[in-house]
Amino acid sequence: MSVLTDLAAALAGGAVEVVDLTHTLDPDFPVIVLPPEFGQCARFRMEEVSAYDHRGPSWKWHNISMSEHTGTHFDAPVHWVSGRDVANGAVDEIPPEAFVGPVCVIDCSEGAAEDEDFELTVEAIEAWEAGHGPIPADAWVLMRTDWSKRSGAEYLNMREDGAHSPGPTPDAIRFLIEERHIRGFGTETVGTDAGQGMHYSPPFPAHYYLHGAGKYGLQCLKGLDRLPATGAILMAAPLKIRNGTGSPLRVLALVPKEGA
Amino acid sequence: MTDPLSPPPKKNPQKAQRVPTLPPGIRSRAAMGLTAAAAEGRFMLQHCAECGTVQYPPRDACCSCLSTKLPWRDTDPSGELIAVTVVRASPNLYFRDRTPWRTGTVRLAAGPSVVCHVHGDCEKGAEVRLINRLDRAGQGVLMALPKEGTPNMADDPELRELTADPKHRRVLITDARQDNAPALARALLDAGAAQVFVGEAEGWRPYPQRAKLAAMEHVTLLPLDVTDTTSVKELAGEIGGKTDILINNARFVRPGGLFERGDTTFAREEMEVNYLGLMRLAQAFGPAMRSRGADGVNNAVAWVNLLSVHALSNDPAYGSFAASNAAALSLSQALRAELRPGGVRVMNVFSGPTEDDWHQAVPPPKVTPNAVARAVVAGLRDGLEEVWCGDVARDLVERWRQNPKVLERELTGGEG
Amino acid sequence: MSRRQAYDGVVLAAPHSVPYERYSTETAHHWLARGLKGTLDAAGLSKEQIDGFSVASFTLFPDTPVGLTQHLGLSPRWLDSIPMGGASGVVAVRRAARAVQAGDADIVACVAGDTNQIDSFRKLLSSFSRFAMDAAYPYGYGGPNAMFALLTDRYMQEYGAAREDFGRICVAQRDNALRYPHALMKKPLTMKDYLNARPISDPIALFDCVMPCAGAEAFLVMREDEAVRRNLPFARISATTERHNAFPDDPIQLRGGWAVDVDELWQMAGCAPRDMDLVQTYDDYPVISMMQFEDLGFCGKGEAPAFLRERDLKVTGDLPHNTSGGQLSAGQAGAGGGFLGLVEALRQVTGQAGPTQVRGAKRALVSGFGMINYDRGLCSGAAVITGGDA
Repeated sequence: MSVLTDLAAALAGGAVEVVDLTHTLDPDFPVIVLPPEFGQCARFRMEEVSAYDHRGPSWKWHNISMSEHTGTHFDAPVHWVSGRDVANGAVDEIPPEAFVGPVCVIDCSEGAAEDEDFELTVEAIEAWEAGHGPIPADAWVLMRTDWSKRSGAEYLNMREDGAHSPGPTPDAIRFLIEERHIRGFGTETVGTDAGQGMHYSPPFPAHYYLHGAGKYGLQCLKGLDRLPATGAILMAAPLKIRNGTGSPLRVLALVPKEGA
Repeated sequence: MTDPLSPPPKKNPQKAQRVPTLPPGIRSRAAMGLTAAAAEGRFMLQHCAECGTVQYPPRDACCSCLSTKLPWRDTDPSGELIAVTVVRASPNLYFRDRTPWRTGTVRLAAGPSVVCHVHGDCEKGAEVRLINRLDRAGQGVLMALPKEGTPNMADDPELRELTADPKHRRVLITDARQDNAPALARALLDAGAAQVFVGEAEGWRPYPQRAKLAAMEHVTLLPLDVTDTTSVKELAGEIGGKTDILINNARFVRPGGLFERGDTTFAREEMEVNYLGLMRLAQAFGPAMRSRGADGVNNAVAWVNLLSVHALSNDPAYGSFAASNAAALSLSQALRAELRPGGVRVMNVFSGPTEDDWHQAVPPPKVTPNAVARAVVAGLRDGLEEVWCGDVARDLVERWRQNPKVLERELTGGEG
Repeated sequence: MSRRQAYDGVVLAAPHSVPYERYSTETAHHWLARGLKGTLDAAGLSKEQIDGFSVASFTLFPDTPVGLTQHLGLSPRWLDSIPMGGASGVVAVRRAARAVQAGDADIVACVAGDTNQIDSFRKLLSSFSRFAMDAAYPYGYGGPNAMFALLTDRYMQEYGAAREDFGRICVAQRDNALRYPHALMKKPLTMKDYLNARPISDPIALFDCVMPCAGAEAFLVMREDEAVRRNLPFARISATTERHNAFPDDPIQLRGGWAVDVDELWQMAGCAPRDMDLVQTYDDYPVISMMQFEDLGFCGKGEAPAFLRERDLKVTGDLPHNTSGGQLSAGQAGAGGGFLGLVEALRQVTGQAGPTQVRGAKRALVSGFGMINYDRGLCSGAAVITGGDA
């Protein structure tokens, strides 16, 4: 167990830093917006049950409610129609080792700053690999856009023709799945797909291909600029919800401190 | 001529707020007929079904023929003001705080004499018309008005006690995203409201009329999501002490009843907004409003709920929405009871189908935002508790009063 | 014509007034007990010697006169409760006299009184009547003041009465009150004081209103031979009337039930208004006294202002009126106010009035008026009594 002993020492000594990649669950944090005739993603809500008062003299607690897909969250394969028959596709069935693993971060922040509909392409992935080496199998791949620094209306960036935010092309997602055998894909935006992702073929390609292939999605991540391109370990364990299609998360990364 | 009401001066922060008091509120059961009529602003008296005698005060038997069939009917409100007094001393706290108080005897063309409140512009011996309004205790009372309108008539202090006139008052409209929000804001400003706050949920999501609202002078958009307790509490903390009229126009509506929906997702939204939203607002804003019932010219005066008339009887095509409105209607009665000690009234404005995206398949007539806004302002000016907005609502309540079971059967269809 | 039987053989005796107090910490039971004891002492009787008991009181709650019998240790064979406020004196006489005449009782003690605790007037008002609750209090809650202000306003419009006309009644009564040892109002009142008084409910001002207080009034009704045997000064009952809810179609009250029965009253009495040595009207407001002069035949309708302008209403005047100061100056001891005039008249015609005694007074008219159920007084009554030696 010397690996863990070393890790403990590294954590205690500051050689390995724990980075929080999670947005605070807040009633006013945006969620994905579907056409209004569809049921919507429930916003996070919190009701006080007692606060050291007549409702409970010594304790304070809340009832909370939300969707499986509210805030920084996990998408399981059964979330999408393409993944409905995937083995162990619900959050309670996914083997726990899937929740801890290596992570590659592709920095698209410059492109996203110039183009709110910025696309992550196969070429861009290959260009990244040219600098950082090939994406290893079973790794998380995160698309850094610095989108999590946006707030309010800027975040969904909703217009009359829908939301505008960056995301992967269908080919890029297929490349990551079929050529690089990734574990899953994560973004700083409200979904793994681009804001205009419904106009691709197939619509919402990230959801469609990832989950169809038994891969996982992470959304609404925060602060990906604090991660190295490679070398960090990501911990993203969903709540163990029976037949759950996703779960709010506390996403942490173990990051080796530079120079340590 | 009535002196025009001046805008209230800034409050003296060293002066204790006036404690709300109420006029005498106990009535016999028979006299409550006046209250029921006043809730809709109707001047009604007991008419003997057998001999036609119109009588007042309300009785349990006809004073002419001893019949006990005494229906309340709309009555000719004209009469002559035969005596007037100005009460300058009263052992009742409410009136003690408000003397001098003009009271008079009116001989009605319909027969009886009544003792009533008297508008300052009524001349002794002149023709007057009576109105029946709710006083601050929520009971029907009669007031003599000049036969013809006079300048600044609504500013008469006795009349203003019986109304919830928006003039000089500050209004909160809870949901900017509703189609009717701009029309409501406009109508209230036109009616003299000093300021209109409009609650805005999910500012991260654009909506069409935002620019229109933001451009209105004396309109302030403030964050408010009635499904979020924290947000409601935060806004109440900010403006709860200066919300004189609260208009709860937040609404979640989707077509559908039970089988077609097959789940409770929309139903939860309907309950979250239409029922629990009202509850959250009431818990956050109600206590402060109740305590400010006597706070001068711009005292807290009214709470308005915009409801579906199908709160009375379900429309299966909108079965779940109607159920949430029935819940809200019931809760509004509890709210009425809890606001009453402050003299703050609860006005429910009932509409039929509204002109919007969610009633596309419903044939006209449908209620427009402007019609709702007009009904709200008129209802506040008359101090009503029940407003029936539009032909469908009026028709439905009439049928409901005739026989709720028959109406239910009619609405639940299944013919052919 | 009238089939009414005269009150032959029945007399009133032993008048007693318990000195009034503005506020009292005591109960109605206390005041009624003192009233009863006073009249019994005046007659030299013990409470076991009366077999009839008549009570008028507003503040006995939760008791009734029934409970009062146990409270006071009485075992009457005849018991009456007179819930008629200002008409209770005349009505108590009518009922007790007939009971004695028929032999249902031998000696009836008639007692009226109330306490006046700090808040009891307000409480009494708030539970007075259903119509008042439904249709009077919600309109300014001026109580009887506001209702009588409306009547006064109408009366002034209709008959051209001026405030001075009402003031004359009040000023004369105050003068009488200065002679009456138990009157609460002991400060002389001038017309200027009257006209400049604090307005209460226009056109009514402070001195148009009675002052609620605590107190009790009492007298006995018995057979004449009983009074003679006991050597008690007494008065006979020459005539009485009683009427409730008269003229219900009048849009506002400008006359009372006396006008219905005035002819019968004088016919039964066998005399006329001019024969009265003194008059005790029910004076909760001076306008009501004016109506009584009119409706009881002293002058025509609407003529009381002019009629009274020519009269001197003081004890020493040509028309002595409310010789103990009336309620306006003596105070209104609740239902005791309905007995005040009667008890004073009884003293007068039996020569026991002391400082207020009208010289040679033998015949008196006493009238009562009570119960502002809504917009008007509903009960009215009148009695002519005659001193025993007449």
